Amino acid sequence: MDDHGRGLTPARARASARPGRWGAWLGWGAAVALPLGFLAVFFAWPVVSLVLQGFFRETAAGPALDLSGFAEVLSQDRTWRIVGQTLAQALAGTALAVLLGLPGAYVLYRCRFPGRTLVRGLVTVPFVLPSVVVGVAFRALFAPGGLLGWAHLEESFAGIVLALVFFNYAVVVRTVGGLWERLDPRAEQAARALGATPWRAFRTVTLPALGPAIASAAAVVFLFCATAFGVVLVLGGLRYGTIETEIWTRTTQFLDLRSAAVLSVLQLVVVTGALVVSSRARARRERALHLTSDRVSAHRLRWRSAADLLPALATLVVVAGLLVLPMAGLVTRSLRAPDGSWGLDNYVALGTTGGRNALSVTVWEALGNSLRTAAWAALVAVVVGGLVALVVSRRPRRAGLRRGVGVLDAVFMLPLGVSAVTVGFGFLITLDRPLGLDVDLRTSGALVPIAQAVVAIPLVVRTMLPVLRAIDPRLREAAATLGAAPGRVLRTVDGPLGARSLGLAIGFAFAVSLGEFGATAFLARPDTATLPVVVYRLIGRPGAENYGMALAASVVLALLTATVMMVAERLRGDRPGGEF
Amino acid sequence: MERTPGPAGLTGLAVRDAVVRYGATRRRPGSVAVDGVSLDVAAGEIVALLGPSGCGKSSLLRAVAGLEPLAGGSVAFDGEDLAGVPVHRRGFGLLFQDGQLFPHRDVGRNVAYGLEAQGVPRAERAARVAELLADVGLAGYAGRSVATLSGGEKQRVALARALAPRPRLLLLDEPLSALDRRLRERLAVDVRDTLKATGTTAVFVTHDHDEAFTVADRVAVMDAGRLLQVAAPDVLLRAPAGPRVAEFLGLAPGADELVRTDREQVGLRDEDGVGTTTG
Repeated sequence: MDDHGRGLTPARARASARPGRWGAWLGWGAAVALPLGFLAVFFAWPVVSLVLQGFFRETAAGPALDLSGFAEVLSQDRTWRIVGQTLAQALAGTALAVLLGLPGAYVLYRCRFPGRTLVRGLVTVPFVLPSVVVGVAFRALFAPGGLLGWAHLEESFAGIVLALVFFNYAVVVRTVGGLWERLDPRAEQAARALGATPWRAFRTVTLPALGPAIASAAAVVFLFCATAFGVVLVLGGLRYGTIETEIWTRTTQFLDLRSAAVLSVLQLVVVTGALVVSSRARARRERALHLTSDRVSAHRLRWRSAADLLPALATLVVVAGLLVLPMAGLVTRSLRAPDGSWGLDNYVALGTTGGRNALSVTVWEALGNSLRTAAWAALVAVVVGGLVALVVSRRPRRAGLRRGVGVLDAVFMLPLGVSAVTVGFGFLITLDRPLGLDVDLRTSGALVPIAQAVVAIPLVVRTMLPVLRAIDPRLREAAATLGAAPGRVLRTVDGPLGARSLGLAIGFAFAVSLGEFGATAFLARPDTATLPVVVYRLIGRPGAENYGMALAASVVLALLTATVMMVAERLRGDRPGGEF
Repeated sequence: MERTPGPAGLTGLAVRDAVVRYGATRRRPGSVAVDGVSLDVAAGEIVALLGPSGCGKSSLLRAVAGLEPLAGGSVAFDGEDLAGVPVHRRGFGLLFQDGQLFPHRDVGRNVAYGLEAQGVPRAERAARVAELLADVGLAGYAGRSVATLSGGEKQRVALARALAPRPRLLLLDEPLSALDRRLRERLAVDVRDTLKATGTTAVFVTHDHDEAFTVADRVAVMDAGRLLQVAAPDVLLRAPAGPRVAEFLGLAPGADELVRTDREQVGLRDEDGVGTTTG
């Protein structure tokens, strides 16, 4: 036998089997422990501490349970008005996004027409746009003298809902479209052959099949709408707010940490409900995927048929009116100098600190801060999120381990639900002495990228996980039978195949971090302000000069995030990945 | 750890009372895929595992490779018990039904994969890849993308890749089933020639008796997780151990071609039913 020149004799193989197994346990243990540790210190601890502020009161004898904060906050009319507004805005935004998103999903994923890739990209851009930019864009649109000034939408419920739909249209189109694209068309054809009209076939066959995807998209959109912060802060004025903006107002304006903590608990209740619905829907969708084929089935857009014409028109109106118009309005308005003439004056002013020194840094310096923190945040998010995705993509043989993997998956979705404001706020009250160490992280400047990473991690996991899960386990088995140790399998099989999603994950994390506002607004010091923080500060200061600078800075920020996202999408190619 | 010496002179694969269960938890025993199978494969021998789909032959193969844990029994090679030896240290090759070529590597780098894991120097690796590709009739294909290959070519590359690290045992899991009939018949002969030329010990899983007879020195007929008979093809055809074996081989006493086809169909229908007796 040994004349084959094999490297390993069975005796050696046996002797080295045990260390190999220990190594595997150690490796996987570290891959689980590192992200969990990160999440515990930089997410669970701050958030839990914050929540406990609502339940306990410092007394001479130590903390004592005290629920009077709840009684006080919950008895205020203002609280219930805010809760009502949060739910109403989220429900209206979700309903409209789904209603408009369905025809969009059909046209962009079930039909073929020239320029479809471009429109798909265009639809995706709003989702990654910084919320502050969207707020500024819609404000410019609704302001007297703006393109929609005649509609009196400034500081109105309808205005906020429109902005929320602008954001979340892409979530519905992409989630539902991704499933619709792969739905076997023969089921609908069978219904038609049985005498059903196109509408009846859609209603009785296609719509039920799409149900889980629609539910999943709606839950995610509801979550985003219910925790909307920057856009509501900019558009709502004094009359409209969400729990999220209320937490911010009570902390920064009234310095009332206790009632802010109570509101954070309230926020967690709303969000947990949405997350539970979302995870149920996702589980159902993963089952529903078995009904689909690998083939993408799309037909040429038929302008003659009403079944194609109506959705196409609806999509055209949404893309042109709701998506393009605000952005075009923003760009146009930014080219208008404070004195009313047209020109690049606002962009030239970005080299200054604003009228009456509104800022501590110039806008270009803030851009530098943004790029630097976003790069660190993306690095941390991709390392932590990548490890989570890698662990969660495994299907261990033992049932207990399998459940553990499922729990890990769910735990790392939590930051998506817990508001960024809560995270930033929690950082402020806990990380002055992290783990009892005498280093005040709050002044080190490290907190901003870490908070941004916490926000970006769920998106990284959701982007990489489907790609890693799609790797046929038998490829790994083939590698193992060829003599590759587990580490080598990881490096030569999972590595190259998963790398396709890495580009998109990095781009996603970077873009989200660039635009992150909720947590950053709490944590960034004036001299390390990022671009979104600067935009918000400028818009709050009086003077046409500052307003013009805010518009120009928004355009710069929008261009930056859109470019990052477009490049990342390119890296992905045409294969399906990610859920958003 | 000390080497436990096996019975003197024992070479090749020895499977003893192997049991493979699926979906077993603390409360449920799960379903039994392989139910106490014992099988010996001598060095240099090719044994076919023949049986209908779902009879447990692939599970047995995966257990030998170390991809499924044994719920009972043992697998040994050259007298050495392989319990606790992970897949990549067993020195067994495995050929999947659909090849499972690495999509991110070209043909040459697919074949070289096992050699890289062994740390074979680059020049030696290139020479061996060229030699193996020539052996399977694909000389000059090293630079090709695997996406451009036909089904038959893919399986030839997968065979070359599995043979490259010189496995002491090659396991083939229905390697030809996804191909059309004419290609299958031709490749079956090629596979046997290649295995014999390289002196490779092999277990070949198939549900096609013609293929089993073409490739193997001995055929093990399996049904419902148990082995019914292990014998050379001519013995099997002459003296099937029971009606079940005869049925599956398409044999019936004094049957002509037409009846034989009928029996085959009846046999297939029987397998869908429950409670088949094992002989």
